[in-house]
Amino acid sequence: MMNDANVTNDEVQKLYARLDNEAEASGYHLNPDVEHTRDLVRGLLINEKRYGYWACPCRLASGDKEDDLDIICPCDYRDQDVEEYGTCYCGLYVSEDVLDGKQSVEPIPERRPPPEERKRVEQVPPAISSLSLPVWRCRVCGYLCAREGPPGVCPICKAKKDRFERFI
Amino acid sequence: MALVHVKGKNKGKVILYALSTCVWCKKTKKLLTELGIDFYYVYVDLLEGEEKAKVLDEMARHSSVRSFPTLVIEDKTCVVGYQERKIREVLG
Repeated sequence: MMNDANVTNDEVQKLYARLDNEAEASGYHLNPDVEHTRDLVRGLLINEKRYGYWACPCRLASGDKEDDLDIICPCDYRDQDVEEYGTCYCGLYVSEDVLDGKQSVEPIPERRPPPEERKRVEQVPPAISSLSLPVWRCRVCGYLCAREGPPGVCPICKAKKDRFERFI
Repeated sequence: MALVHVKGKNKGKVILYALSTCVWCKKTKKLLTELGIDFYYVYVDLLEGEEKAKVLDEMARHSSVRSFPTLVIEDKTCVVGYQERKIREVLG
């Protein structure tokens, strides 16, 4: 059995506050259910110690970053799930309706394709274009930018560089 | 397999496949405990190598989704996700 990583309440509180600030600054919302959200933040910190990145606490990570990229929080499926169900898969991020108490958070179906299908989704080769610069797309929030390479961190949702794909 | 036994009322063999970090798994485990059901659970994220592969194969026999929590009752009924009403229906 793997040792469960030790995460202090102080670490949880700090990350909780940071994620809350970042979410609110970029138009996202954390789940107002404090206990639920705190448990998830603790899960993120445990996974950071275990795997080196914030694998979704409610999904089984492989431990291979390349395979887990789409489920590193915020995951590739968050925006679609918040749009459709008012919450992401684990319930860390929610819609404004949930925040305002107009909708409640219920468990939602898994949008991530099963392993067999994931392997088939290879990157589509970029279309030939006459643009002066390539366009990069954040796979988490859809942010687009035209520059030589993707930014280190998405200015909108804070996803890291490796979450960008070449769009045009 | 590293199954942990929680003693309670016998409703057949109930196995909860869970992740130690998952909030929905936590809620499911809490519900089973509140219902006072006899059940076994395993935290798949804490397993490694062959043991992990074996448990995942076992899960795959019941559900193609292989997401957590997965609850298997008597090796035939399978509930995927924290579906409180359905769990109460099946085990209440």
